[in-house]
Amino acid sequence: MARKLPRKDVVIVGLGWTGSILAHELTDAGLDVVAIERGPWRDTATDFNVAYAPDELRYAVRKDLFLQPAQEAMTMRNSTAQTALPMRDYGSFLPGTGVGGAGTHWNGHTWRFFPSDFALKTHLTGRYGEERLSGLQIQDWGVSYDELESAFDRFEYLCGISGKAGNLNGTIQQGGNPFEGPRKREYPLPPMQMTYAPTLFAEAARSRGLHPFPTPSANLSGAYVNPLGIAMGQCTACGFCERFGCANYSKASAHTTILPVLMRKSNFEARTECEVLKIKLAADGKTASGVTYTDVNGATFEQPADLVLLNAYSLFNVRLMLLSGIGKPYDPSSGEGVVGRNYCYQTNASAQVFFEGRSMNPFIAAGALGQTVDDYNGDSFDHGALNFVGGAGINCIPTNGRPIQYRPVPPGTPRWGSAWKKATKQYYNNTLAFSSQGSSYATRGNYLDLDPTYKDRFGRPLLRVTFDFPDNDIRMSNWVSDRMKEIADAFGGKQVVVGRQQKGWSSVPYQSTHNTGGAIMGTDPKTSAVNRHLQSWDVPNVFVVGACAFPQNAGKNPTGPVGALAYWAADSIRNHYLKNPGKLVEA
Amino acid sequence: MPPATSFTRRRFLSSTGLLVLIASVPGARAAEHSGTLPWKPFAALPPDPLPGGRWYVLTPDEARTVEAIVDRLIPADELSIGGREAGCASFIDRQLAGSYGSSERLYMQGPFTAGLPTQGYQGAETPTGRYRDGLAALNKHTRATLGGKAFFELAAAEQDQVLKDFEAGKVDYKPAAGFFNLVLQNTMEGFFADPIYGGNKDMAGWKFIGFPGARYDYRDYITAHNKPFPLPPLSIAGRPEWKTGDK
Ligand SMILES: Cc1cc2nc3c(=O)[nH]c(=O)nc-3n(C[C@H](O)[C@H](O)[C@H](O)COP(=O)(O)OP(=O)(O)OC[C@H]3O[C@@H](n4cnc5c(N)ncnc54)[C@H](O)[C@@H]3O)c2cc1C
Ligand code: SF4
Repeated sequence: MARKLPRKDVVIVGLGWTGSILAHELTDAGLDVVAIERGPWRDTATDFNVAYAPDELRYAVRKDLFLQPAQEAMTMRNSTAQTALPMRDYGSFLPGTGVGGAGTHWNGHTWRFFPSDFALKTHLTGRYGEERLSGLQIQDWGVSYDELESAFDRFEYLCGISGKAGNLNGTIQQGGNPFEGPRKREYPLPPMQMTYAPTLFAEAARSRGLHPFPTPSANLSGAYVNPLGIAMGQCTACGFCERFGCANYSKASAHTTILPVLMRKSNFEARTECEVLKIKLAADGKTASGVTYTDVNGATFEQPADLVLLNAYSLFNVRLMLLSGIGKPYDPSSGEGVVGRNYCYQTNASAQVFFEGRSMNPFIAAGALGQTVDDYNGDSFDHGALNFVGGAGINCIPTNGRPIQYRPVPPGTPRWGSAWKKATKQYYNNTLAFSSQGSSYATRGNYLDLDPTYKDRFGRPLLRVTFDFPDNDIRMSNWVSDRMKEIADAFGGKQVVVGRQQKGWSSVPYQSTHNTGGAIMGTDPKTSAVNRHLQSWDVPNVFVVGACAFPQNAGKNPTGPVGALAYWAADSIRNHYLKNPGKLVEA
Repeated sequence: MPPATSFTRRRFLSSTGLLVLIASVPGARAAEHSGTLPWKPFAALPPDPLPGGRWYVLTPDEARTVEAIVDRLIPADELSIGGREAGCASFIDRQLAGSYGSSERLYMQGPFTAGLPTQGYQGAETPTGRYRDGLAALNKHTRATLGGKAFFELAAAEQDQVLKDFEAGKVDYKPAAGFFNLVLQNTMEGFFADPIYGGNKDMAGWKFIGFPGARYDYRDYITAHNKPFPLPPLSIAGRPEWKTGDK
């Protein structure tokens, strides 16, 4: 029997990026908040010691900071015709665990999506006609870029993002991204200093008439004190960044931006190493009464609360909804139901240029230090004569020269022996890589549900991921690969290799932890799980925050919009819900 | 299945070192943090590599076989020492002795079914089991086809050919290619991981390609474009010349 604990105003499931933001906002509003986090306590001083943080084997290869599949795995298949099998090890994506969540070991590319992304269906049908979207389940978000602008701004100033504005109040700025939506003010910090590869990349792109700009980065270009009064330091380009915690207080994460203030509040409490098993519904099934969770010793507890916030990362938010009976599960055969609908990912490809006689020094790097070209991203370019919608950012962001995982050699090189040694020595310092990160648009057949066979250690069904790259996205990605070839040829290197995305998403090689959809926001309860305030249509005292809200994914990393949605939901709760608890939008 | 937290010993220790708590909820056991940053001096957990000088998992024959393999995968030549001298076999042995070797952190519940390549490794075998099996198969294969000799008794050229056959799955052992890939992956880990884990002797793997190792501040060199990086590599344990006395 679960032991019942004293009631709280708010229970937050997961103390990562979004959980920390919401906890801060709602405690500021005077509420009594408890966050339940299944991983351990973590912060810079305790866990990211500068003396042994640079350990590729421990953190990047054995994945010490990540969620371990023994704790929670999921199953995958490419289509409903296949039998899903467990990802016995995480590879394609690497969910986080512990205080700070995946934001502990992220890279720090911090984007706003394009204004057109938020009204994608309206925008694309208006520009290209409805048939263009056939086979795709594209939708509007129900919230506009303009409505989110101040939330983006707050997240960027919380983090101390280093970048150059490309569009200030509608005026295009030299050196920034001319395709971005208008922002009200500059980034809090100037761009990072560029290493050699991105500098070459920008020259090559510019020579082709493109518009490279410094990637907006949560690796700080200088010292910074954020609006909460928390000080951060300059990034040292250590090259042990993504997959690692930052020992320099230079990468924005919950630890370096919020927790030092949040943890001192008397109306906040964090319970770590406690896993939420279920959101409990009241007898009428129309409100949540709290959550049940288990601690490290397997004791179970019931935490009653007036408000339940799901901040467990996109995939786990969806699983918890399915396990708790919140919202109707999506059925790909009928197209009905909403929870699990519009699961999307990211459609990527890479390019390499092999030189001779260079010192690229790939080890001087940071998670988000680089240059981006958005000329072929989103709807920045005319798709009129093309056979796809969507696009990709092209990024030259060398993140590391860590040699267990980074040893580029031209195709055809043997994998071992003397010839392998020769090529490895020759190309380690002589290779420039860049890549495309493409949009992922929803189709009827890509979705999330519960697995019928495989169970977790509590005997509950694992989440099942059914996903393959849609044909539209493959056409998009291959077209962008052709554009990457044009850029790569401009370097005058010795050899150029450009990859092409193919069907058959594999769970093995790392691609990106940018899993989106599954509990999407929208204006119609038939096609969305939460309304424009991220409030469950069915259980209005449950809010679901994360990239699971994205109706489809853009050719950009998700956390900028995720952070903005956290502020947006906090405002909805503070300014609307608390005044009049109940449905904020009538269906 | 081990109990929920045994595979996170490191984390478990770190959290019990914090406030193990709970005033408000008698009987509840978890780390509960409120009103303060739960930080204690020296709470951070250093890596815990195993001491060298012995074999933990591999038998003497298995160890000799692994040493012979890693020396063909990374042969000694004018570019660097070979895999054996660099300690790759001892690195592998020590990895097998830890949570890696027993797949402790992985999802190991059945049913086990052969999957598609997109679904990753689906076997029930742990890395330790795969080594045990694969090394036996390797020596069985060479004894049967190459004059009764164990792998480590063969000439280098013969060893290379046997390894190529395993890599291509052209032997009478079904998991040959998977086993080869496992050994290749672990050998590269041993050659390029921080020397504290028993391989990469004297940072030979890092010197070989020019990786400066566990340095954490490159600010003075970010804009030194196309210039060779001037400093020698550094391990988590420092540089050999910093040490006094025995290792
Ligand atoms: C290697 C890597 C690189 C990345 N790089 C970038 C990048 O450059 N740019 C970008 O935009 N994004 C990047 N991301 C993605 C980014 O980390 C996520 O978008 C972001 O952290 C999501 O925030 P969240 O609050 O939704 O989830 P998280 O930050 O992951 O927090 C969720 C928390 O909930 C906890 N939790 C889950 N289930 C339960 C449960 N049942 N009970 C209790 N607690 C639970 C988890 O332990 C976790 O701490 C990267 C991710 C990874 C892994
Ligand atoms: S690259 Fe910069 S932000 Fe990343 S871990 Fe190193 S110092 Fe921190």
